[in-house]
Amino acid sequence: MTATSTRSGLRGDAARLGLMAVPVAFFAVFFAHPVVAIVLRGLRGEDGAWRLAEAARTLGRPEVREVLWFTLWQALASTALTLVVALPAAYVFARLRFPGRELLRAVVTVPFVLPTVVAGAAFLAVVGRSGLFDELWGVRLDGTVGAVLLAHVFVNFAVVVRTVGGLWAQLDPGQEEAARMLGASRFTAWRTVTLPALGPAVAAAALMIFLFTFTSFGIVQVLGGPGVSTLETEIYRRTADLLDLTTAAVLSLVQFAAVGGVLAVHAWTVRRREATLRLVDPATTARPPRGAGQRLLLGGVLLVTAVLIVLPPAVLVQRSFSAGLGYYRALAEEDGAAFLVAPVEAVWNSLEYAVAATAIALVIGGLAAAALARRDAGRWVRGFDALLMLPLGVSAVTVGFGFLIALDEPPLDLRSTWILVPLAQALVGVPFVVRTMLPVLRAVDHRLREAAAVLGASPWRVWREVDLPMVRRALLIAAGFAFAVSLGEFGATVFIARPDNPTLPVAVAKLIGRPGDLNYGQAMALSVILMVVCAAALLVLERLRGDRTGEF
Amino acid sequence: MLLSLEGATVRFGGRAALDAVDLAVAEHEIVCVLGPSGSGKSTLLRAVAGLQAVDAGQVLLDGRDQARVPAHRRGVGLMFQDHQLFPQRDVAGNVAFGLRMRGAGREEQAERVRELLELVGLPDAGRRGVGTLSGGEQQRVALARALAPRPRLLMLDEPLGQLDRTLRERLVVELRDLFGRLGTTVLAVTHDQGEAFALADRVVVMRDGRVAQSGSPLEVWQRPADAFVARFLGFENVVRATVAGTVADTPWGKVPVPGGSAQGERNLLVRPSGVRLAAGSGGGGLRCVVAARTFQGAQVSLRLRPEGEAPELEAVCPLRDAPAPGETVGVLFDAGEIAVLG
Repeated sequence: MTATSTRSGLRGDAARLGLMAVPVAFFAVFFAHPVVAIVLRGLRGEDGAWRLAEAARTLGRPEVREVLWFTLWQALASTALTLVVALPAAYVFARLRFPGRELLRAVVTVPFVLPTVVAGAAFLAVVGRSGLFDELWGVRLDGTVGAVLLAHVFVNFAVVVRTVGGLWAQLDPGQEEAARMLGASRFTAWRTVTLPALGPAVAAAALMIFLFTFTSFGIVQVLGGPGVSTLETEIYRRTADLLDLTTAAVLSLVQFAAVGGVLAVHAWTVRRREATLRLVDPATTARPPRGAGQRLLLGGVLLVTAVLIVLPPAVLVQRSFSAGLGYYRALAEEDGAAFLVAPVEAVWNSLEYAVAATAIALVIGGLAAAALARRDAGRWVRGFDALLMLPLGVSAVTVGFGFLIALDEPPLDLRSTWILVPLAQALVGVPFVVRTMLPVLRAVDHRLREAAAVLGASPWRVWREVDLPMVRRALLIAAGFAFAVSLGEFGATVFIARPDNPTLPVAVAKLIGRPGDLNYGQAMALSVILMVVCAAALLVLERLRGDRTGEF
Repeated sequence: MLLSLEGATVRFGGRAALDAVDLAVAEHEIVCVLGPSGSGKSTLLRAVAGLQAVDAGQVLLDGRDQARVPAHRRGVGLMFQDHQLFPQRDVAGNVAFGLRMRGAGREEQAERVRELLELVGLPDAGRRGVGTLSGGEQQRVALARALAPRPRLLMLDEPLGQLDRTLRERLVVELRDLFGRLGTTVLAVTHDQGEAFALADRVVVMRDGRVAQSGSPLEVWQRPADAFVARFLGFENVVRATVAGTVADTPWGKVPVPGGSAQGERNLLVRPSGVRLAAGSGGGGLRCVVAARTFQGAQVSLRLRPEGEAPELEAVCPLRDAPAPGETVGVLFDAGEIAVLG
């Protein structure tokens, strides 16, 4: 190799390093460092000696084993229940045409993007103390696993409808018809043609739901009670209430391992999903319902959707107004007990944090995406791609816990600075930014950049003139995602938000945890505010996404 | 010389896409690089544009080495094979792009855009989206965009490659006309000989990253440098021959060659027009069976199969004299249409 090509090779490396330096440093300090801190805290004593046996003994303790077992079975039960309830809905939304279908499909997506604390509060309003069902029939489920399972179905319903239903709508009906013409009955045709095609999507949805419910925190924190405690809530309880950081660290390690296992299985199923399917325009596959069976199915799905998806938020809104505007007014008053400030302050805190977190996530995620999109990205750069996704899988609670124990001593003592919360939220938001930007950046034809360069554009201007106009929309969408994520973020924030600066979800959870009708009412009112803010952010997002005509 | 390449070499892995290429383009000259795909033509353009670093040798513009000059400072224009118009800008935005990069004022941009759209025959297309353009219109806009900043050298990568035949034949004349009027220095690459010969002052034939021949269209056409160039130009009657004086000994028998031809063991080209059909089957000469015939307007292309082991011959004859397939004809050779190659 001659000097010239070595030189150009070095130049490429330098450009890549320049782009990667900031994201890599960010992840080293705010992800790897806390993770290492957790490992050390869990497995090493004060004297610096490794205590593996003790960690193993911790896991053997009955109350810890109970938490592990409950976490596992509630996740399995939630997944199974969601599939049972949502698969018929996936079919109905994919294949049946009925008035209001588009609206309803949008409605069922809402719970998935609602902050988990709001979902918890909504179910509390339905099945909790003096909730709707309590008033009507004297039925209460709060503090039981039943409420948790219902809320999990509420949140994850959309996962099935979107992933499975989305594919179902695009499967060519001609395939089933071909099987029918070859002598298969309606059911046999479905079982032998459609089901195998849907299988991988169902498996992927199930894995996602399992992961979400296994690491569920906000819902369990709000709806759970004694004996209804998952790994996540237990880590929080050990840290915040019992100051038992060692057990919390050991539990975090279990969480790491479990999440890693699930993600590995997920990666494996994704690789296997490469089967080529004949896909068609979804608009061509939907038919009006025919026969009693299909009408019954449609009616059932509509009923379930109404009760499970629409009712809880509606009751939440109704409860928040049960004292007129009283609960909302009370939010503006300082009571000095729950917080050092009036609850309504949480709205501004949340917005400020969300703006800061969005900015951080955009810078870090944008740089990372730009580095990953380079055509000369090598293997280690692609490895970084996987690393970027980790905060998504690793539970928010572990992120918060890691921040708490890692960033509290010099040279990095951020405990008392406001930036800690946005940093944690940005960590959770970065994967969304990268996932949104990367495909768009990769789709920019490299020769367009060359065309601009030959016309006299410097590398910076090439980016501004060619890349930016094409990714502007993706950038806005990524910003919306990061904003919504950090608005609703609860698991990490609850560890590190200061009492005088609570965020909305933290304030809601705190109010719910305290006795008295006023606190309860305020929690409902604050939840509604959070719901409205999130809905507004997402509405803007959908508009940006949907409006594809007349680009720029 | 406006552009000179001295021993320019580009390697991809172990393979040399450009292998010690020497090439010079004078001001106002139109040079066409001709070669089959994979011969290194596009790499040549990319090396000159600065999109591809050379591994050895030099690229000089106005005598200055360009090794450390990035693409956007070279002041050359490149029209991409598939145009690469910016999809998010309208036609005027595309044409004005290079002017904006050079910091031209708004007035100047608007004036130049109008001038160029006029020049390429799309005077009212400024506000149109590039997605609404036909292939030919895109090609014109790409040309206007490349010309707008007045590059000292304009490079064209398969300029007409994506267009249909009739449009291509019309545009190539228009282009030649336009470049002549503007005095543009042009370096174009193409795999189409017709395009190259119609456009160029000078043709450079490339093979496997090397220059196989360079000369005026007439020179290259009349005296292909070697068997490769002859075959690439579409000639099929190329055989080994032993030349002695004005006679060559070939598989087709004794063939006359022009005086002053190189002597000894050589490749010999017989142009189809140099294969004369003797009247009737008793006319003497090499006896051949007509294997196939193709009508080409006023004349007919014939494929003749000589008796014995000799390779087939390609010939042309006027429409009215065309023999039918299966007929036997006698063949004579015309020394004026025969060339002894290097």
